[in-house]
Amino acid sequence: MSTLTAAHGLSALAAAAPADRIPAPHIEYAQLAPTLIVVGAAVLGVLVEAFVPRRSRYHVQVFLAVAALAAAFAAVVGLAAGGYASDKARIAAMGAIAVDGPALFLQGTILLASVVAVLTFAERRLDPAAHGNRVDSFAAQAASVPGSESEKAAVKAGFTTTEVFPLALFAIAGMLVFPAANDLLTLFVALEVFSLPLYLLCAVARRQRLMSQEAAVKYFLLGAFSSAFLLFGIALLYGYAGSVSYAVIADVVDGTVQTVDPALADTMGNDALLLIGGALILTGLLFKVGAVPFHMWTPDVYQGAPTPVTGFMAAATKVAAFGALLRLLYVVLPGLRWDWRPVMWGVAIVTMLAGAVIAVTQTDVKRLLAYSSIAHAGFILAGVIATSAQGIQSVLFYLAAYSFVTIGAFAVVTLVRDAGGEATHLSKWAGLGRRSPLTAAVFAVFLLAFAGIPLTSGFAGKFAVFKAAAEGGAGALVVVGVISSAIAAFFYIRVIVLMFFSEPKADGPTVAVPSPLTMTTIAVGVAVTLVLGLAPQYFLDLAGQASTFVR
Amino acid sequence: MSFPLLTVTAVVPAVGAVLTAAVPAARRTAAKWLALLFSLATLALAVLVAVRFEPGGARYQLTESHAWIPDFGVRYELGVDGIGVALIALTALLIPFVIAAGWHDADPLETNSSRWRPTQGFFALILLVEAMVVISFEATDVFLFYVFFEAMLIPMYFLIGGFGDRAHSGSDENAAAQRSYAAVKFLLYNLAGGLIMLAAVIGLYVVAGNFSLQEITAARAAGTLDMATNTERLLFLGFFFAFAVKAPLWPLHTWLPNAMGESTAPVAVLITAVVDKVGTFAMLRFCLGLFPDASKWATPVILVLALISIVYGALLAVGQRDIKRLVAYASISHFGFIILGIFAMTSQGQSGATLYMVNHGLSTAALMLVAGFLISRRGSRLIADYGGVQKVAPVLAGTFLIGGLATLSLPGLAPFVSEFLVLVGTYARYPVVGIIATVGIVLAALYTLVLYQRTMTGPVKEEVRAMPDLHLREMLVVAPLIALLIGLGVYPKVLTDIVNPAVEYTMSDVKRTDPKPEVAVEAVPAKNGEAAK
Repeated sequence: MSTLTAAHGLSALAAAAPADRIPAPHIEYAQLAPTLIVVGAAVLGVLVEAFVPRRSRYHVQVFLAVAALAAAFAAVVGLAAGGYASDKARIAAMGAIAVDGPALFLQGTILLASVVAVLTFAERRLDPAAHGNRVDSFAAQAASVPGSESEKAAVKAGFTTTEVFPLALFAIAGMLVFPAANDLLTLFVALEVFSLPLYLLCAVARRQRLMSQEAAVKYFLLGAFSSAFLLFGIALLYGYAGSVSYAVIADVVDGTVQTVDPALADTMGNDALLLIGGALILTGLLFKVGAVPFHMWTPDVYQGAPTPVTGFMAAATKVAAFGALLRLLYVVLPGLRWDWRPVMWGVAIVTMLAGAVIAVTQTDVKRLLAYSSIAHAGFILAGVIATSAQGIQSVLFYLAAYSFVTIGAFAVVTLVRDAGGEATHLSKWAGLGRRSPLTAAVFAVFLLAFAGIPLTSGFAGKFAVFKAAAEGGAGALVVVGVISSAIAAFFYIRVIVLMFFSEPKADGPTVAVPSPLTMTTIAVGVAVTLVLGLAPQYFLDLAGQASTFVR
Repeated sequence: MSFPLLTVTAVVPAVGAVLTAAVPAARRTAAKWLALLFSLATLALAVLVAVRFEPGGARYQLTESHAWIPDFGVRYELGVDGIGVALIALTALLIPFVIAAGWHDADPLETNSSRWRPTQGFFALILLVEAMVVISFEATDVFLFYVFFEAMLIPMYFLIGGFGDRAHSGSDENAAAQRSYAAVKFLLYNLAGGLIMLAAVIGLYVVAGNFSLQEITAARAAGTLDMATNTERLLFLGFFFAFAVKAPLWPLHTWLPNAMGESTAPVAVLITAVVDKVGTFAMLRFCLGLFPDASKWATPVILVLALISIVYGALLAVGQRDIKRLVAYASISHFGFIILGIFAMTSQGQSGATLYMVNHGLSTAALMLVAGFLISRRGSRLIADYGGVQKVAPVLAGTFLIGGLATLSLPGLAPFVSEFLVLVGTYARYPVVGIIATVGIVLAALYTLVLYQRTMTGPVKEEVRAMPDLHLREMLVVAPLIALLIGLGVYPKVLTDIVNPAVEYTMSDVKRTDPKPEVAVEAVPAKNGEAAK
């Protein structure tokens, strides 16, 4: 009885309050369509898991994922064509999401990269069929203990983890929001939305499951750690500005807001909060980017995760995280430029050098690519530091170029196999060029692009960021950049030497013949690498038009 | 729009490379003929370029200009001056010989693998290198030049590492390891040089706002583009470093003996006679053109380094036991002469240097290819393994001798003219340097003649007793080269006419005039007051 009264009283209270006190949020559904489509498909994917019979789930999921990503990309193109990338750029969803050039460009990049990455998720021809069932890179049943009876039973029954598709879609949805987030809370929510599915995806490798689970735990712990940094930074910035909105914080930093929130009268405008809060948020983002000294998780996670997931993560996460970093530095903290630039200089230099130097000693292909991705994060940071429209343009271009090379390279890694699954130890790659010249040549193209050899997309991207950095007065950074490029070239070349100039070993790995899915991924990777290397102008224009943040 | 002759000259070998690579594994011979055909077509185009080029005309001719990457300020701009014409002709001329000489170098040892196609790859890579070298000689956009300057390393690297000399001492595995060491060393040296140049290229853009050689040179000459002294010097050093690695100049030369020693003779010719020329060519075109003041500032140091190259390279050549490494060190000595001629900043020196590039290409090709034939017969690169060859293979010995004599610049053969010009040009401005450089000539006589004496004369060694003489294909390779060496030695005017106007432009870039001969200086003022200023 008393509860009823209480409930009644509550509703009476709500009814008593004037309706205009809590306005219904105004949401521009059309402008958020790319994200909404992906989220919707992810939810549908979960329902598919629940209701569609096991044998047809795989096909439904693959179709759903690819169709949703394609539709979302079409929505991005539509928005960009409708002028939202330039003059109609605006802040949507009550100030939470920015719809502007950088956001749309990065969302387009993430979606395209995701399409090709999802194709490698769906690959089922690499491993020999188990008990008459085609298998993919993912565990039969992630919940069963590795090596246990339940695992064997799951394999025998032909179970597959089709949950990876909705998980990937959720991650992609988070990534789409991350670079578009226009307040700190949305930023945090997006971070968690894309991180949690990734932790899971890392843990579900079919082969070497213990390593995969170890990688997932490491990723989760360090990821949680970085989330904590980010959240703490958000709290401090809120204390400083009295708001989590990017625009308001930027105004407070610039000193244009004079009204002080009475509840925060003691702290508002306190520079210590701003500096510490900004630094903590940057720390959280640099974690995701994989910049030194926050890079420790990268090699372990890249090595342990199922290779298709590694490729997806290495490309899409980097794009999303750099997008968020750019927006934070260019929209929220431009007034603090003279404080963060020296720090970011240091981070960029250390990242470039450490990534390149440590990579030299690696003996595992996936770890090698992990350290190379760290070095590349350093190169991209050089463009971020430029603090100019050219800087944004160069970073956008670099991210687009880099993602396709990365996904392509990891897709090639999935093909080289021996009895234990993928043969990732470098010694096993000896003489690959003799056994399968085409595979080795394709991988060589990707390595040359990583090394930034002219006529590949890697060179165009590197040139763009270094040019932007030099124009921004960071000549020393460019010199460090070319030195670490020279060091990095050494280990890329070493792999090429191994593939082409070493004698093949008798018990060497074989190159699996993939289905058209992986072939498409690799072909797209090669095509993008060469097109962006030979004729980058169109894409530079695109990135240039997209290089203005809405405030 | 006129016919894009320069583009076509570079595209034809590239197309040839693609087609050659696509030939099925079993049709090896077809691939060879296809490659030869395309190299001859390129030669015909290069001749056409030389014919259409008017020595007295504009500085850059047959120009083409298209937008490429406006965002980077990059245009696809081609144009040749006399120096470019000469070097394109040299490149196009040598490639057919390289292909013919390497006819059997890349035949697979075992025919069991159907998908491994080394022969097709070998010839395709040679043509690809040719295409990239030609376009580097044509590019008048710094970025365009840089792209191909860097990109040509990759096919070169595969040529060195993938197709080693079959005449090696020790086990196959050991030879493979040495070969891949040589290839990696080649690539890392050149890549490091190239990346440092990249920083300078970006710096140049920040200063100048575009990459057009002609625009920047013109702006520099008109004084509308100011560079701070230090900026210019740093940029100059960035460019020069890359070219000095490529050329190669002491102390950046150590990759060359490895690369030339481990690769097959035709590839060694490709490295030293063709690809390395891009380095010295670029010094003339880019270092002097873009950074005249810094070039003058750096001259003393560069001259000293060039002198060291000349003497050091020659001394090491004297001490070599390996024929191919001997030729490599001799080349280092010769590159010293070329760089000396360029930085003496006299028209004689620079004309001489340009001729030297061409003649060194011809003489080294002759010597190295014959040496390759010799080595393939005996299966050894060591000088000590030979003796008395002239008795069993007189034609081989005779051509070897002519190649050697050309290397030591015997009067009557082409290299004499260029070496003489370089020395005269250097002496006119830096007498002491000129005198020291002549030591190189003496040492050249020593290493070539000792090489000849040890391998060709003396008692016939047991292992060479059954050595066959040059057969038809090999003679066809060597005879035209020797004819050219003699022809250009007797009548160098065909080359100097093309080269001299270009050199005059370069001299005006650096605002240098030739020092007047000392004897004349006393006589002239009395007769004619005008000449005194």
